[in-house]
Amino acid sequence: MTTDQDEIRVLAPTGVTGSGFLESSFERGLELKPHFIGADAGSTDPGPEFLGSGATAFPTAAIRRDLRLMMLGARRIKVPLLIGTAGTGGSNEQLENLAALAREIAAAEGLSFKLALIHAEQDKAYLKKRLREGRIKPLSPAPEFNEAVIDRSAHIVGMMGAEPWQRALNTGADIILAGRSSDTAIFAAMPVMRGYPEGISWHMAKILECGAASVVQRRTPDCMFAWVRKDHFVVEAPDATLRCTPQSIASHSLYENADPFKLVECSGTLDLTNSRYEALTDRAVKVTGSEFIKAPRYTVKLEGAEKAGYMSILIGSVRDPFIIRQIDDWTARVTEKIHARVKMVFGDKLNPSDYLLNIRIYGKNGTMGPLEPVKEIRSHELCLIFEATAPTQDIANTIAGVIRHQALHLPIPEWSGLITAIACPYNQMERGAVYKFNVNHVVEPDSPTEMFPMSLYEVNGSTVKEIQQ
Amino acid sequence: MTQLAELARLIRSKNAGPFELTFDIMFDDDATYQRVKNSGALTREVVATRYNLPVSDVKFFYCDHAYAIKASIPRPYFQGDPRDSDGHGGQQYAPLMDIEIK
Repeated sequence: MTTDQDEIRVLAPTGVTGSGFLESSFERGLELKPHFIGADAGSTDPGPEFLGSGATAFPTAAIRRDLRLMMLGARRIKVPLLIGTAGTGGSNEQLENLAALAREIAAAEGLSFKLALIHAEQDKAYLKKRLREGRIKPLSPAPEFNEAVIDRSAHIVGMMGAEPWQRALNTGADIILAGRSSDTAIFAAMPVMRGYPEGISWHMAKILECGAASVVQRRTPDCMFAWVRKDHFVVEAPDATLRCTPQSIASHSLYENADPFKLVECSGTLDLTNSRYEALTDRAVKVTGSEFIKAPRYTVKLEGAEKAGYMSILIGSVRDPFIIRQIDDWTARVTEKIHARVKMVFGDKLNPSDYLLNIRIYGKNGTMGPLEPVKEIRSHELCLIFEATAPTQDIANTIAGVIRHQALHLPIPEWSGLITAIACPYNQMERGAVYKFNVNHVVEPDSPTEMFPMSLYEVNGSTVKEIQQ
Repeated sequence: MTQLAELARLIRSKNAGPFELTFDIMFDDDATYQRVKNSGALTREVVATRYNLPVSDVKFFYCDHAYAIKASIPRPYFQGDPRDSDGHGGQQYAPLMDIEIK
């Protein structure tokens, strides 16, 4: 007979809050009496614009649906609910938006709980101080990172480890919402805190953080469940039609990782070199042998986004074989014409280094760019996307207008007379502000929690009271 | 000779963070995986050649438990850079598909 002291049970409702899960699977997961429910709510995968602009990759209505079910479930069985990387990027603004949703749900459902918010956005003065101390180090590959980059950034967040979560759990918080977090830290925090082996705990966390992604064939985002014990963990999907096999679980460490055996966290590295995977049933897998190697120095990874400018684009296609066979030369000539015309329009008010003109050629190397090994164009038509990225939307629009006119009528030697060289399904379009990631570095903090301040609240339905710590 | 795409259950590419691309070549069973692994036709050097990169830029792994071979390379442009063409890195694996396996 297994008792609560012998294991920690973990329910992951979904891979990302807002991507959904089946209510039937979630109910089955709750029946298995998890000690906590965890999920992330973001990633860098959708791109830099979400951290940069504060928007979420999943619609608010979809996030509300998942959050409501998770909150109701967690309160019903009275276990902590941990949600990290609020609002896709995990900035303070995105955390506050998720907290507002949680308060709205609490008010509507009459829920009472202790709420912890863990902030991950980094103070610019703090980062400059650590930079000057030589305690911000580049990973590979890394863009240049200096005080000017810090100043330009829309948001820079630190990716928290398990310790800020453990601090929140130790306050007795019922619902913990956090800014940017290592996905695995959400799930490893409690088992590690209760003394379960770090290798087993972090490996379980790596599997659970993607919800049901590690089953043999996932039909839709769904729940995953794990039992962490003193020398192994077992993983099984609550939906009885989903199967985990040793291969499917072993394969999961490949997904979105550069190195499938060594996964770096703030406090050390999860090493899967000696992991063993065993089929416990035809649906459940037992994992042993995973190790965690403590880092000599605790590090926190930074993620930052800055505005790259404002973009306008023009889409046009080419069907004339004369133009297709000289497309590289044609784009070089049109580029020259565009720059010359922009110079005429703006004079000294805009330098060529102030804006970026980019031409994508679909049918040639639009998908792979410089990695494309196929050089010969075999298509009878090409699609071109012209992009102007400039300091303001107005300038970008103006350049896009120049692009349209220059590209339409660029002459080629095979024809004499005025030609119209590209087919445009519509005219130029605004893309608005565009962002780029600008840091791939780690900070060496004094303590694992110094970069992640926490606030606590007592929530009673629509009443919210801050708790002084 | 058989092409890799006919032997693999799945060949995929994906971001591994905003700065790296990773490739997973996954097989249904150990026998097929071992055949490819032992063929010598899919190596770090071959991946470097297919993507026109120095060998030192390629990370390369045999994953016996997963029946999978994995490689990772730096992105030509960081994810979300104005010149980046594949935000999720999902369509970068085609040059691996026609590797001939004995």
